[in-house]
Amino acid sequence: MAEPAIAFRLVNKFFGRLHVLKDIDLTVAPGEVVVVCGPSGSGKSTLIRCVNALERVQSGEIVVLGESVTSAGANLTRLRTQVGMVFQSFNLFPHMTALQNIMLAPLKVRRLARAEVEKTARALLERVGIPDKADNYPANLSGGQQQRVAIARALAMHPKIMLFDEPTSALDPEMINEVLEVMTDLARDGMTMMVVTHEMGFARRVARRIVFMDGGVVVEEAAPEAFFASPTSDRARQFLSKILSH
Amino acid sequence: MRYEFNWSVLWSGQSGSWLLQGLLTTLEISALAWLLAAALGILSGALRTVPWPPLRAAAAFYVEFFRNVPLLVWMFFWYFGVPPLLPGAVQDWLFNHGAEFWAGMFALGVYHGARMSEVIRSGIQSIPRTQFEASQAIGLSVWQAYRLVILPIAIRLIVPPATNESLNLLKNSSVALTISVAELTFQTRQIETYTARAIEALTAGTLIYLVLCVSIAAVMTRLERRFAIPGLIARVGAG
Repeated sequence: MAEPAIAFRLVNKFFGRLHVLKDIDLTVAPGEVVVVCGPSGSGKSTLIRCVNALERVQSGEIVVLGESVTSAGANLTRLRTQVGMVFQSFNLFPHMTALQNIMLAPLKVRRLARAEVEKTARALLERVGIPDKADNYPANLSGGQQQRVAIARALAMHPKIMLFDEPTSALDPEMINEVLEVMTDLARDGMTMMVVTHEMGFARRVARRIVFMDGGVVVEEAAPEAFFASPTSDRARQFLSKILSH
Repeated sequence: MRYEFNWSVLWSGQSGSWLLQGLLTTLEISALAWLLAAALGILSGALRTVPWPPLRAAAAFYVEFFRNVPLLVWMFFWYFGVPPLLPGAVQDWLFNHGAEFWAGMFALGVYHGARMSEVIRSGIQSIPRTQFEASQAIGLSVWQAYRLVILPIAIRLIVPPATNESLNLLKNSSVALTISVAELTFQTRQIETYTARAIEALTAGTLIYLVLCVSIAAVMTRLERRFAIPGLIARVGAG
C-alpha cells in the first residue's frame, strides 16, 4: 500500500480538562474519501481540524503527505497550501467578491501572476456551477452559492487533500444537493477527502470508508455497505436508528 | 447692565489673522496627531488580539499606561519632561523648531492612540473567529490574515466610534495651549486679552470648532457608506 495521505498515530487532544480525542489511530489513503460521522460532541470536527493544524494536539503524531504536522518545526503554511478546508459557516471574506475570495491565496501565498490566477479562479467558478457570480459579494449569494465559492477558494491552491467540516449543515434543504454534487465530482476526480457530515446518502454513495466516532474515540471503521447494513457497535446502531428513522 | 456686542473686533486689527493662524495650527497638530494615533491604535489594537501572549501584554501596557493619565499631564510630560532626556543637538533643533508643537503633537497622538486602540480591538473582536481560521486554512500567515482580512473588515466596522475618537482628538488639541501652542483656543484667548471682548472671541472659536467637527463627521459618514461591506453593516439612514 502506498504511503498514507493522512496518518493519525495515538493522537490525544484536550480542551482544558476535557479529553476530546482519545488515542486516535487512523489513516487515509491517497484518493480515498472518508466520511466521519457521530453524535455532536464526539470529536469529529476536532479530528479533521487537526489535519491542517487549526487545532494542536497534546500527544501523538499526525503525518500529512509524508510530513509531520505535530512536530515543533512543522511548516504550517506549506501544509495548508496542500490541504484545503471547507467550513460549516462558509467563512467567505465579506469585503471581497467571490472572485477576489478565490484569488486571494494564490496571489498572496503562492505569489502567482494576477492574469493566470484570475483565469484559474473563473474556471473554478465554472466548475462549481456559478460562473456568473464572480463579482457578487458573499452577502448577495445564497448559502449554497457561498459554500460553492468556499470550495472553489480551497481548490484554488490545488490542494492534494480536502477537509469538509459539516459543509451542508448550515444550508437550507434545497441547497444541500448543489454542494454535495460538487463534492461528489471532486471525489470522482480522485481527490483525497475527509468529510464530517450527517448526509448519510452522500456517505453511502461516495465514501470509501465510514469512520464512526463517539466520546472522542473511533468506535467503528467500515466500508459504507457494511456500516449501514450491519454496524457492529451498539452506539453506531443507536446513532443510525436516530438519523435514518425519517 | 447691558453688554454691547462688537463683532468687528473679530476682523479689525490682527484678530482675523490670529484666528486663521490658530485654525491652521489646530488643523496641523490634529492631523499629525491623528496619523500617529491611528498608526499606534491599529498596531496596538491588533497586537492585543494576536496569538502571542507577550505581544498582547505589551500592547495592553501601552493602552493602560497612556489612557489612564490625564492628557494635560501628558502635555507637560512631553514638553517639560522629555526634551532634557534627548541628546543636546536634538534639543537645540527642537527649541528652534517649535518644541511645544511637537510635544503637543506627541502628547495628543500617543494618548489618543491608546484610546483608538480599544476601538480597533473591539472591532477585531466583533469579527467571528472563524474568519481568522479561514485565513489560516488557505495558507495566509498571521500577518497576512490581519493585513488582508481582519483589519480591512474591522476598520470598516469601527468608523462610527473612530469618528467620535477623532473629534475628541481635534477638540483636545486645545489642551496644547497650556504648553503655549498657538492653536485656535490660544488665539481666541489672545483676542480676548487684546480687545477685552470675551464673548465675541469665544463665539468665534466655538463656531470654528463646531464647523470643523460637523464637517469631519459628515466626511466620515460618507466614507462609511462608500466602504460599507454588503450585508455586514446596516444601511445608514436608509428606508
